[in-house]
Amino acid sequence: MNYSMIFYIIGWILVVEAALMVPSGVVAIIYGESCGWVFAVTILLCLVLGLPLIRRQPENKVFYFKEGAVIVALSWLIMSIMGAVPFVLSGAIPHPVDALFETVSGFTTTGSSILASVEELPYCILFWRSFTHWIGGMGVLVFILCLLPLTGSGYHMNLMKAESPGPSVSKLVPKVRATAKMLYGLYIFLTILQLVLLLLGSMPLFDALCVTFGSAGTGGFGIKNDSMGSYTTYQQAVTTIFMILFGVNFNVYFLLYMKKPKEAFRCEEARWYLTIIAVSTLIITFFIRDSFDSIAMAFHHAAFQVGTIITTTGFATTDFNLWPAVPKTILVILMLVGACAGSTGGGIKVSRIVILFKSVLLEMRRNLHPNVVQRVNFEGHPVEKNTLRSVLIFLAAYSFIFAFSTLLISVDNYDLTTNFTAVAATLNNIGPGLEMVGPTQNFGHFSTFSKLVLTFDMLAGRLEIFPLLLLFHRDTWRRF
Amino acid sequence: MNIIIVGCGKVGASLAERLSAEDHDLVLVDLNPQKVEELSNQFDAMGIVGNGASFNIQQEAGVEHADLFIAVTGADELNLLCCLMAKKSGHCQTIARVRNPMYNQEIRFIKEQLGISMIINPELTAAKEILKLLKFPSAIKIDTFAKGRVELLRFRLKPEIGFGGKAIVDIIDRLKTDVLICAVERGTDVVIPNGSFVLQDNDILSIVGSLENTSKFFEQIGLKPKTVKNSLIVGGGTIAHYLTQNLLKIGFRVRIIEQNPERCEYLSEHLPGADIINGDASNESLLLEEGLSTADSFVALTGMDEENIFLSLFAKKHSKGKTIAKVNRIAFNDIIDSLDIGSIVYPKYLTADYILQYVRAWQNSIGSNVETLYKILDGRAEALEFSIREPSAVTDVPLMDLNLKDNLLICCINRKGVILTPRGQNKIKVGDTVIIVTTNRGLHDIRDILKG
Repeated sequence: MNYSMIFYIIGWILVVEAALMVPSGVVAIIYGESCGWVFAVTILLCLVLGLPLIRRQPENKVFYFKEGAVIVALSWLIMSIMGAVPFVLSGAIPHPVDALFETVSGFTTTGSSILASVEELPYCILFWRSFTHWIGGMGVLVFILCLLPLTGSGYHMNLMKAESPGPSVSKLVPKVRATAKMLYGLYIFLTILQLVLLLLGSMPLFDALCVTFGSAGTGGFGIKNDSMGSYTTYQQAVTTIFMILFGVNFNVYFLLYMKKPKEAFRCEEARWYLTIIAVSTLIITFFIRDSFDSIAMAFHHAAFQVGTIITTTGFATTDFNLWPAVPKTILVILMLVGACAGSTGGGIKVSRIVILFKSVLLEMRRNLHPNVVQRVNFEGHPVEKNTLRSVLIFLAAYSFIFAFSTLLISVDNYDLTTNFTAVAATLNNIGPGLEMVGPTQNFGHFSTFSKLVLTFDMLAGRLEIFPLLLLFHRDTWRRF
Repeated sequence: MNIIIVGCGKVGASLAERLSAEDHDLVLVDLNPQKVEELSNQFDAMGIVGNGASFNIQQEAGVEHADLFIAVTGADELNLLCCLMAKKSGHCQTIARVRNPMYNQEIRFIKEQLGISMIINPELTAAKEILKLLKFPSAIKIDTFAKGRVELLRFRLKPEIGFGGKAIVDIIDRLKTDVLICAVERGTDVVIPNGSFVLQDNDILSIVGSLENTSKFFEQIGLKPKTVKNSLIVGGGTIAHYLTQNLLKIGFRVRIIEQNPERCEYLSEHLPGADIINGDASNESLLLEEGLSTADSFVALTGMDEENIFLSLFAKKHSKGKTIAKVNRIAFNDIIDSLDIGSIVYPKYLTADYILQYVRAWQNSIGSNVETLYKILDGRAEALEFSIREPSAVTDVPLMDLNLKDNLLICCINRKGVILTPRGQNKIKVGDTVIIVTTNRGLHDIRDILKG
């Protein structure tokens, strides 16, 4: 274990986080809010802790996947703890565990909140809360990779692998750093595009920024008590489209950017993803057609809700908890499916679901023809045995954590739907669930213990379980 | 003695070499005419081409008059069958090589029921040798005498010990220790030193002493034995299998890097306590990722001598742990010795040593009274353990009055379990066992240590 490298990168994480808090401080100054001092204090704290760690580069810069996973997991933990400081200091969320839950929910782009009424919060706090989504969406270490000339060698990949969602990381260009820059470039471009479109729809700048951050990171913190409900249909529609866009594998945008539209449209995962969205939207529209004035409005709300759930954003324009059983069930299933790999969304990921589905079909063929030799094909290539195995193992680990978490939070004695969807909403980084954690409710009523369990779930979901679990494995910390 | 060796592979050849040097009459049997001819010419032995398990071939080889029958072909079953046949058709002692780990678990039964005098297992022997080295990491090589009560340890005199330029007698006086420096290697020379011999840095010393005294000695000169608690093994062959089995038993953490995926499967099935890594160990970053720099010990056991040596050099550079390399073919000996690669294990020598010890000990009853014999310092010297059964010219005479041969040292007297480091006034008595180190070859009797 290369501890000096771990400390070095964590030092950078703290410094970068300090820098990322500056905009929130600026917001406080613009709105003349007195609680802006909490950011000054937190920035100072981050710098005091971080600067000594980055004073000089470690001699041994070699690190392997083990170190990569540990760095990523620890970074996310430390980042969340530091990110929670402004909430506690400003008195917005006095209880530390609540503040941690809210910050983790922010960074992991979950969007589950423990706040009953967000409208009372100062602007700077609201801004920080939404900004964490934007930071967490593409990943902090990917961001640091863009900035830091850490080493010349291929060790970056170990960080990228640990932080990026999806069964396998694909590089866009040969160098990891260049890939990271490219990803952030696309991310920023799409963010600005959405911001401009929202502003054109005459949304106030502050709201537009927060909504954009929420949908870019597929996070879902609203700055209104009714989430997105009070915005105009145009603004909601723009948000729908961009949520769905941010849930697409970024490789597609890269291919478009490289002027290879044919290959971009051939992306199997994106096609499945869009098909699932289309089909789900149509079915839900059919079932909720009577609740709205026109079929068009029913379609609009269905599309928004499908988009918000499958991309694991978690905004809401209407209380879908009141919908009939079929639409609700579809939404719960979509929660588990999640967005595309290589996007900013969470969940199991469409690619994994497709691979699993195809494996089941293949297994049926294998039962019919016991000696058949056939591989699962995905994106036009046979799936590597290792990838297939990792997909299966991921599903197993995911199910275990799901079951165990549901059991643990059931001590609070809520109904099964609440518990199940609470875990689903956090483990898949969505935000709202059903019943007691529905779109108009929040997570504030859970006990401290349950909040910690759900916090763990959010981190596990964002980091795709294993980097976080590795922290608890004895071999990780052994010298040999 | 009349000895038949079936199988002229690596072990067969080195056995033939050593046994013919000891003046035994050899008959070599192998299916490969070229090998038989080559070896029988080289070692002045009779050669027979054919299947050693065949009754006719055994007759032809003279099994009726043979004293010892050694089967060391590549196949365990064939070796056992050879011995079984020889046992029935002659009156000889039999030695079979059986190396399949599966049979190894049933070795006692096989030995007793098939009436085989000795089963040799080169891989197991090598594994045990490595195990010894891992338990005592400061030494390059360890041999034991007097049923394990006396050790002969070989180690490199690093400059930081500060013995360079000092005479042995000064060192022994200063440390007041009860160990004896019995041989010094300097470059290609081997010296059996007397007290006035002046040491130099980077000499390789061999010391003899009881267990407690040798470890005390190491502590005094600052080579305090570090405890080794884990091991990174490269190459998952049979030696690695045996070694890991033994290491796991004494609570080591073991990680094996093996290139062949099927072999990895086999190992992980049979050694559930070890980490089996599938990969090419000549890949530096794989070695480092698997903790080469933090491992207490590194053992290179691939099939390639060159690779083992290179890997050990690499390991020496990146870690402070103990390194051990297996070398099968022995060429460029002095070059290998001049490199700082820790310990080297020669499985071929070990097996030959082992059989030779058996032959010598057995000759005891016929006349010689050599209890144990080690070829030490790559065969350039011998350490012999004699048991004194009857009064002779060497008994009850103070050692300083004995007219000993040159290059010969009485290292140790074991008197009913008490280990004495001999001084001038000590006497050898009946009932003692005595350990002698010498560069003179072919000592058969304790009286041979005297001049004339």
